Amino acid sequence: MTATNTEPRFESVPAVRDGLASVRYLADEGIAGVVYLADRLQKPVLVEGPAGTGKTELAKAVAQLTGSRLIRLQCYEGLDESKALYEWNYKKQLLRIQVERNEEEKATWTDIEEDIFAEEFLLTRPLLEAIRAAEPVVLLIDEVDRVEVETEALLLEILSDYQVSIPELGTVTATQVPLVFLTSNNTRELSEALKRRCLYLHLDYPDLAREKEIVLARVPGITENLADQIARVVRSIRQLELKKAPSVSETLDWARTLLLLGATEIDESQATETLHILLKYQSDIQKAAKELSAAAS
Amino acid sequence: MTSTAPMLDVLEGFIQELRTAGLPVSLTENLDAMEAVQHIPMEDREAFKYALAATLVKNHAHWKAFETVFEVYFSLRRPGPGEDSDLAAELDAANLKPDESGAAGGGSMDSLSPEELAEMLYRALLNADEATMQALARQAVTRFAGMEPGRPVGGTYYLYRTLRNLDLDGVLERLMEASREQAGGELTNLEERLERDEYQERMAKLRQEIEAEIRRRLVADRGPEAMARTLRKPLPEDVDFMHASRDEMATLRRTIQPLARKLAVRLARKRRHGRKGPLDFRNTMRHSLSYGGVPAEPKFRYPRPAKPEIIVVADISGSVAAFARFTLMFVYAIASQFSRVRAFVFIDGIDEVTRFFEGTEDVNQAVHRVNTEADVIWVDGHSDYGHAFQVFWDKWGPEVSPKSSVILLGDARNNYHSSQAWIVKELRQRARHVYWLNPEPRSYWDTGDSIVSEYGVHCDGVYECRNLRQLERFVEQLG
Repeated sequence: MTATNTEPRFESVPAVRDGLASVRYLADEGIAGVVYLADRLQKPVLVEGPAGTGKTELAKAVAQLTGSRLIRLQCYEGLDESKALYEWNYKKQLLRIQVERNEEEKATWTDIEEDIFAEEFLLTRPLLEAIRAAEPVVLLIDEVDRVEVETEALLLEILSDYQVSIPELGTVTATQVPLVFLTSNNTRELSEALKRRCLYLHLDYPDLAREKEIVLARVPGITENLADQIARVVRSIRQLELKKAPSVSETLDWARTLLLLGATEIDESQATETLHILLKYQSDIQKAAKELSAAAS
Repeated sequence: MTSTAPMLDVLEGFIQELRTAGLPVSLTENLDAMEAVQHIPMEDREAFKYALAATLVKNHAHWKAFETVFEVYFSLRRPGPGEDSDLAAELDAANLKPDESGAAGGGSMDSLSPEELAEMLYRALLNADEATMQALARQAVTRFAGMEPGRPVGGTYYLYRTLRNLDLDGVLERLMEASREQAGGELTNLEERLERDEYQERMAKLRQEIEAEIRRRLVADRGPEAMARTLRKPLPEDVDFMHASRDEMATLRRTIQPLARKLAVRLARKRRHGRKGPLDFRNTMRHSLSYGGVPAEPKFRYPRPAKPEIIVVADISGSVAAFARFTLMFVYAIASQFSRVRAFVFIDGIDEVTRFFEGTEDVNQAVHRVNTEADVIWVDGHSDYGHAFQVFWDKWGPEVSPKSSVILLGDARNNYHSSQAWIVKELRQRARHVYWLNPEPRSYWDTGDSIVSEYGVHCDGVYECRNLRQLERFVEQLG
């Protein structure tokens, strides 16, 4: 590892867990364990799982917990070097050349070259910024499965060595090792090379107890009883074969809605009427409504 | 905690077993795992497990396989008093004295009558008392499984024996009865369902405990390597369609949606990329402005090629029904990537089943209707490819156009009827492509009454399609 070693951020796995809970992110053993390990091994974490299970939220929570700056790179199809790493500010470079021409005719090419390929003309993009930051940072590379396989290679140098090579300037090495989170919705298989460099964390839907805790923590003013019922209904719905199971964020939306409606208990009609907040496909809604109100077989 | 050296030995055996089970564990990942365990104490079992998983398992579909191997290799190495003793002693300890956590049950559990035990189980499930449930699981295995050292029987057999004696269905009814009483007679349908789900989950936990207990004892008896070998199962993508158990089929069905989504993205991307159309003059001019009017960056028009039409003709006779069902589900799950999907099923008669799929989003439902409502019997309900193709050709042949790709599914076991292979030849001339997917292993082709080659010579390709991995690969090249 070329980057200078920094102090470990976390004491122990339970410490991570408690810390995350203090910033209202309820982690289970697995999440806390992997975050702790990522810090100790200085490796990036690849977070995969269904949409809306708190992948991005995890990175934010860790940033908040460690008091680091969060630098985010949102990936999309067609993302390239100049948007992810760095770019030369060519307009400024042009101006510089113009000025030089006006001042005196004698500037040689080498002078100009040295001049215009200096820090001053460098536009840093998220990845380079994370590497060059002096203060602790958390780097979030969001939805990495959206970039093409070829673009993935851009990330490899950063992820394994925490450095960026710029031909005109040389290699920029991180002064501190950032905590890196990559998230993926699994719309395509990521390359082996990328996976190998990362720790892997699969975020699934939480179990009943944890989901209830999340609702309690995230929806102020909700009663314990209602949160419990919400978690139980959602669990039952997730057991059906649906196109898209309700995510945690949808559970939270639903909890807020019920709270606004002044519900203290969930009865059948209320559940069926508000199902469209949990489920987004008509066929799913119909199926769930039918199942929830059907007599148990 | 044991010293590091034996730990690394165990880890090595563990990783070896993962590889044998089919997980791609690279050398780097191996080293990472070794480093990871230095940081996480083994006493923290859950964290330890996740630490290993984070470094070794990079695909969620492999989680189950990982978990099984983990249980086998580390289940005996539990923190606790028995840790340093040898395996046999630990087994005794597990047999004789219930764990300290099961103090509720006390050491007296052995002397309980069956009725008392059942009552205790009922109470534990009612109150979600996990400590007692663990102790009960242990007791149940001791009492009912009838395990004998060295007996070459799999864990499933013991599990079955134990569960049969516990009569969980009966307990569930009792629990539901109790809930109803508590609510004052009747539960609404919603409540009924929620209660049932809750108890079922508790029972699933109990079942897991029992399974783990049996596994622990088997490992103590036979050693981890032998145990891992018996438990080895194919990864989900390698499960053979024709021999999938019900559980495996359910797992496969659950993987359809995510897989289809993935594939749809890939197909869409593939269509868009790698094809450059003619120069887009306007776009090029606009971009030239940032280079002072020099068209340094030529822009091209991207053609949007037409999506193919898919015609699936599937044999749904007994031997290959599961495969046909699965393929239909899969094709319909990515139907958005094709301009149209038409489905035909046959045994010795043939019927169009597209209508079941259109207008519904629920593919499972549609497949169910195909099984029950489609009119596919002509004479005796034994596969007759020749007749089915003949009818297809007469009735729907003219609708096959150069835009359609025809996919024929089946093992081509024709019961020695005439093959009518000329129809496939004609089809190929009329359609864009004709493919044949055969769910049988390649070595069985053309044995007995299989005549797949007779049809195969007229197809653009004949594919062995026994598992998800092969099916996925085939569909990808369709787009």
